Amino acid sequence: MDPNNVIVTFPELLIWLPLAGGIISFMLKDEKAKSWALLSSIITFAVSLACLYFSTNEWIPLQRVSYVWLPSLGSSFSLQTDGLSRLLCLLNALAFPIAFVATYNTHYQKSNAFYGLMLLMQSGLMGVFCTMDALAFYFFWELALIPAYFLCSIWGGEKRIAATFKFFIYTFVGSLFLLVGIIYVYFHTPNHSFALTAFYSANLTPAQQNLAFWLFFVAFAIKMPIFPLHTWQPDTYEQSPTAVTMILSGVMVKMGIYALLRWLLPVFPEAVKHFDKLIIILSVVGMLYASCIAIVQDDLKRLVAYSSIAHIGLMSAAVFSLNMTSLQGVAIQMFNHGINIIGMWVVVELIERQLGTRKISALGGLAQKAPVLAILLVVVALANIALPLTNAFVGEFLMFNGLFQFNKWYTAFAGLSIILAAVYTLNMIQRVFYGETNAVTEKWNSLAKNEAIILSVVVVLIFMVGVFPKPLFDLTRDTVTSIMVLTGSAIK
Amino acid sequence: MNAILFSAVWGVVMMFGGLIMKKKSSPKWLAIVGVSLLLLLNWLEFLGIWAINIDTRDMLEFNGFGLVFNSVAFACTLVYFLLSGEDFEKVGEHVAEYFALVFFVLCGVAIVSSFKTLLMLFLGIEIISIPLYILAGSDKRNLKSNEAALKYFLMGSFSTGVMLMGIAFLYGATGSFSITGMNLGSGPLTPMVTVGLVMLMISMAFKVSAAPFHFWTPDVYDGSPTVFTSFMATIVKVAAFIGFIRLFDNAFGKMHEQWQLLIAVITASTLLIGNITAVFQQSVKRMLAYSSIAQAGFMMFGLFALNTWSREGFILYAAAYSLATIGIFAILIKMKDYTFDGFNGLARQEPLLALLATIFLFSLAGIPLTAGFFSKYYMLMAAVRDGRYFWLVIFAILMAAVSVYYYFRVIQAMYFKDGNPEVSAVSGSFKTMLLVAALLVIVLGIYPQMLIDLIYH
Repeated sequence: MDPNNVIVTFPELLIWLPLAGGIISFMLKDEKAKSWALLSSIITFAVSLACLYFSTNEWIPLQRVSYVWLPSLGSSFSLQTDGLSRLLCLLNALAFPIAFVATYNTHYQKSNAFYGLMLLMQSGLMGVFCTMDALAFYFFWELALIPAYFLCSIWGGEKRIAATFKFFIYTFVGSLFLLVGIIYVYFHTPNHSFALTAFYSANLTPAQQNLAFWLFFVAFAIKMPIFPLHTWQPDTYEQSPTAVTMILSGVMVKMGIYALLRWLLPVFPEAVKHFDKLIIILSVVGMLYASCIAIVQDDLKRLVAYSSIAHIGLMSAAVFSLNMTSLQGVAIQMFNHGINIIGMWVVVELIERQLGTRKISALGGLAQKAPVLAILLVVVALANIALPLTNAFVGEFLMFNGLFQFNKWYTAFAGLSIILAAVYTLNMIQRVFYGETNAVTEKWNSLAKNEAIILSVVVVLIFMVGVFPKPLFDLTRDTVTSIMVLTGSAIK
Repeated sequence: MNAILFSAVWGVVMMFGGLIMKKKSSPKWLAIVGVSLLLLLNWLEFLGIWAINIDTRDMLEFNGFGLVFNSVAFACTLVYFLLSGEDFEKVGEHVAEYFALVFFVLCGVAIVSSFKTLLMLFLGIEIISIPLYILAGSDKRNLKSNEAALKYFLMGSFSTGVMLMGIAFLYGATGSFSITGMNLGSGPLTPMVTVGLVMLMISMAFKVSAAPFHFWTPDVYDGSPTVFTSFMATIVKVAAFIGFIRLFDNAFGKMHEQWQLLIAVITASTLLIGNITAVFQQSVKRMLAYSSIAQAGFMMFGLFALNTWSREGFILYAAAYSLATIGIFAILIKMKDYTFDGFNGLARQEPLLALLATIFLFSLAGIPLTAGFFSKYYMLMAAVRDGRYFWLVIFAILMAAVSVYYYFRVIQAMYFKDGNPEVSAVSGSFKTMLLVAALLVIVLGIYPQMLIDLIYH
């Protein structure tokens, strides 16, 4: 096969396949949609693996494509993957089959629409990770949001309408700021273009950078979310159907961090160095705040939601530390956090579906009834608090290391969150899995096959990356180096 | 010129047609034929193939911008007739006359998009307004309709008076009615010119329902028969805007900086009042009335920035806003209950209607992949390009976020709440037309260039 003479490229496939899958799913009968969505997501996963494999220099033509879209505006529909994109596409492609298999026994009303919207969301997310044009980026950014809104509002919990509305308004405000920011930078690019490279060479004075920086940052900060813009997150995670929560927390929040790396640091290097302390402080405060709240949560979903805010806070602090170590840590941790938190949700989903409650106080002694689940959960939970040999250890160690190079005091405070994380996680394990069984936990049936498989996959991934993280480093090193070069930082 | 003559003639044809035609549904078809011909003739003039030329002594000028706008307005009228034409028959007995009045309004629209002297502007605005006073009161046994007509008439005549006064002042200052012949340079404003300019600004702000001159709008839109509200809120409003923009662009363009702050304040207050008040409405019709004020706030950017982006953006905005609003009104007319709760559970009962309504509402809210997104985008682009008063841009996007709240309330009612909405029977052809309108909204949302390139044809 000649790579210069291809009909379709990987980024196109990654975007159009889920889109087509989603549209077909809308037309299917209810019961068929579930298996169709699973099939479609597995095909996408295979493509993303192929995309990783065919990434050496001779295959470059397969990794990028550009269509003319709005020539008079200077915008083209240009897609390209680099190491970071490929990693996140892989995460995205992996997350959907996991979510589908893990919730295979859950039945949704009008499931064709449910799975259709899920696949549309996947397509939007793929677009965000692959596009190299600011306007197309904005389009995909929104395209990922709208299915999420409908998914949460139609299939969510009791208070879903209010919670997801808050989520939608929050992120929509952020998106609009982003839009104005994009327009603002556009007028300062050398030849009025929306291309990423044009954005990298935009002529902005420090004052202009500071203004545009905030326009971009607010949008990304809401998505991640960073304290104090996080208030939509626990409610939305709690009210959404678990399959959607997995995607929201596993993949969608990575959009924010990815955008920081791709669209914020290299575009506004001066402003980033100007505001780095402020944002790291916000992130660290958010970490400690969210960890403290997680300790007192009685609802499993809310506990995981707050723990996620804490983890994201660390990533954002590491991004703004802006050194090789911390950025490498962030790049890897994006993948790891995605896997781990999906693992946590799988457990929560299992408990909720079998026992009908997520209240920690109502549970107890599950380890006696479900020893296998207990072992798997403990592994996932330990990964969540970044114990050595688990994947998260690698990422968090690098991030703390990078943050330490930036400032040791911030690191000291951020380090407190590790202790707090151990408190809430171990406390949760203890109260849910150990102690006496009660009337609720007596109802436990053994693990279904699909659930056991999925949890095992997650656990295997956790150990694999924990023991041998080198492939992830190799994958993201180029991107991280280029970010360092673009921001004019010293490379060690 | 084609459009001005033909719309006036066809208005008369409609009236006589009404005498001859016995069936109540026939005037609708005559009107559809009329507006299609109107579109065609205007198009021929635009392409330079065939145009009637009458020496107007430089009182009218037909350029690409005005003719593209005419095409947009006529195309929207065509969609409007196709979607809501049959609802004309429910308003009263004189169906043919209603259509005739709409044609006279279109004649006014064509004048406003091509005037070159203040007199023609005045004439155009009056030709638009007078038929509307009648249409607003056409449901004559309904007290609210009467109130709407009277209110509209009083407020409209008052603003016309202000406009005449402004024209008089400008004439006094410059000795000319011609918007280019007045030769207002960029020098400091003399008191006479200032008074004239401000009076014209106030009167035009009345016509486009920009705050603080919007007070008539909610009552008039709410009281008028819904089918005419749809027309008033869309084609008429954007026509008043094109007059506003042409006037200030040509006559006062050189002193742009001196009145820009005034426009910025009007824009900001229009956005604020329109959006915030819409949030508290219980009736969808009234919400749409306030939303039309809010959308006027965004269209004001066309006037605020006065650059290439704003001109292109305005044409797009006119098309996007009119299409979406006509679509959503066409659905509203079919509902028995105009409150938000009246839409509860529509998605279950009429899935296609609910989906199309969602597309129109998305467009109004400015969600990507719909025409509404690109129109807002161009307006923001124009304002950022202009560079002055950046706070206005930030304010506008915050207000756009507020607008999501009330548009999405309808979507929430349709999709996430249970209920049995009463919908009058909708025909298959109505659904098809609505689908076509929604597709247009999406096509313009993906490839807006299609429309914009026409300006430079």
